[in-house]
Amino acid sequence: MGGIYVMWKREVLRFLRSPSRIAGSLGQPLLFLVALGYGLGPVFRAAGQGNYLDFLAPGIIGMAIIFTSIFNGMQIIWDRQFGFLKETMVAPVSRLAIMFGRTLGGATVAAAQGALVLIMAVLIGFRPVSWAGIAPALVVMLLVALLFSAVGITVASKLRDMQGFHLIMNLLVMPLFFLSGALFPLSSAPQALLLIARFDPLSYGVDALRYFLTGSAAFGLGLDLLILCAVSAFFLWLGALFFSQIEV
Amino acid sequence: MTSIIEVKDLTKKFGSFEAVKGVSFEVEEGGIFAFLGPNGAGKSTTIKMLTTLLHPSAGSLRVNGFDPRTDADAVRRSFGIVFQDPSLDDDLTAFENLEFHGILYGVPKETRTKRIDELLALVELSDRRDSFVRDFSGGMKRRLEIARGLLHHPKIIFLDEPTLGLDPQTRNHLWSYVEKLNAEEGITIFFTTHYMEEADKVAKKIAVIDHGTIIATGSGAELKAQTNTDSLENAFLALTGSEIREEASGGLDHMREARRMWSGNRK
Ligand SMILES: Nc1ncnc2c1ncn2[C@@H]1O[C@H](COP(=O)(O)OP(=O)(O)O)[C@@H](O)[C@H]1O
Ligand SMILES: [Mg+2]
Repeated sequence: MGGIYVMWKREVLRFLRSPSRIAGSLGQPLLFLVALGYGLGPVFRAAGQGNYLDFLAPGIIGMAIIFTSIFNGMQIIWDRQFGFLKETMVAPVSRLAIMFGRTLGGATVAAAQGALVLIMAVLIGFRPVSWAGIAPALVVMLLVALLFSAVGITVASKLRDMQGFHLIMNLLVMPLFFLSGALFPLSSAPQALLLIARFDPLSYGVDALRYFLTGSAAFGLGLDLLILCAVSAFFLWLGALFFSQIEV
Repeated sequence: MTSIIEVKDLTKKFGSFEAVKGVSFEVEEGGIFAFLGPNGAGKSTTIKMLTTLLHPSAGSLRVNGFDPRTDADAVRRSFGIVFQDPSLDDDLTAFENLEFHGILYGVPKETRTKRIDELLALVELSDRRDSFVRDFSGGMKRRLEIARGLLHHPKIIFLDEPTLGLDPQTRNHLWSYVEKLNAEEGITIFFTTHYMEEADKVAKKIAVIDHGTIIATGSGAELKAQTNTDSLENAFLALTGSEIREEASGGLDHMREARRMWSGNRK
């Protein structure tokens, strides 16, 4: 218990203590919301798809969450290089507790980032269908954050250096984001693209967010939650396994 | 005297490279043991096996009566460690680093707070209790790591090159503190260093390791007698030769750069 708490608290403290980091990581989502939301809005409307900013906001929240949570998961690489990982590895606490605490902490931070993006989206004109949808949307954010924090830890447990980190950021996170239906409606996407999106867990996260924030979902809430829970459980298990095998 | 650390034919292979080749030694309970050897000799690797960080490839080992392979947590509760490389969290304060350690080791809150204050006073960092570790000098970090290693009342403390990069004043201070701990609390000290005067002055028993093999053991006086030399430094050179060993380099600078890139202004 102590182990989980400490690792969770460490992530949260680091987050709260770096306002510039928080502001910095809001820049990119803001850019996407403004440039795409306003820029493509008229085209989207002309195509009969409705308000693009409303459609886009849940996708950009998903983007903030996947970037933050995978980045946090990958902190293990730095902790390994800078030595702090050793301190946790010689402590009389199960590796499972350490891994789980880190995942929860990373997820808390990423979900908070998602919530900040939601606020920012509302400030520039996004209107959720109902305010009652906010609370369940936050739960979905936490679930998506948990999933990708676990993915980050799983991958980082197998990596030793920054080259691997850049590779993962570019070869894993970017495609996961762009192919998830965060930016375009899957309902009218070409068959091939839809097929790929179906294998991308972020698609289901964004879909569930849309369900609560805009009132429409392409896959349906039941399937979304089922997939998110199943994939989270899988990566928590795999991450715990890989993490327990780390030799410092 | 009973042995608190017993190592027999301990071996560690990294792929096909054998870093530790069947070493055997014992450390007396309450003793001060120096593990000396040139860079790459296998000192840190041996310590990592004793402290459950690495799995031995072969051989047997016991720490405080427990086997690190099967009783990892019992072993972990038995020792404190100051690693060769820094292992503090720079983004936390001195107090938080100690507090997190105390929680990880299950030290109850009241004892923890009291002990943290005692230890900070001991390593003369009380006035920096709430400063971030990133603002500390190398010597201050080292002292904080020692305080942390002692927080849970270990029976053994491992010090892997604890004085590397410290000025003579700090080194002197550190060793007198370590000797005091050993004398007053009976803590067993296991350390490595490249400063031979330190080892000669502090250690009751010395083992010299080179290329993964122990080539001599004994007190400082015994090693000097055995090699017919007048200082431990010369005894060490006589035993290990004067060829220079390369230190494996880490990718630390690259890592710092990458982290800055991805996380804004973080150090
Ligand atoms: N994780 C590792 N993988 C491969 N080789 C390693 C690893 N750790 C240490 N070594 C090698 O094992 C040898 C002993 O290293 P180490 O125990 O750190 O030496 P010392 O602490 O005596 O300077 C060195 O040649 C080092 O390069
Ligand atoms: Mg070493």
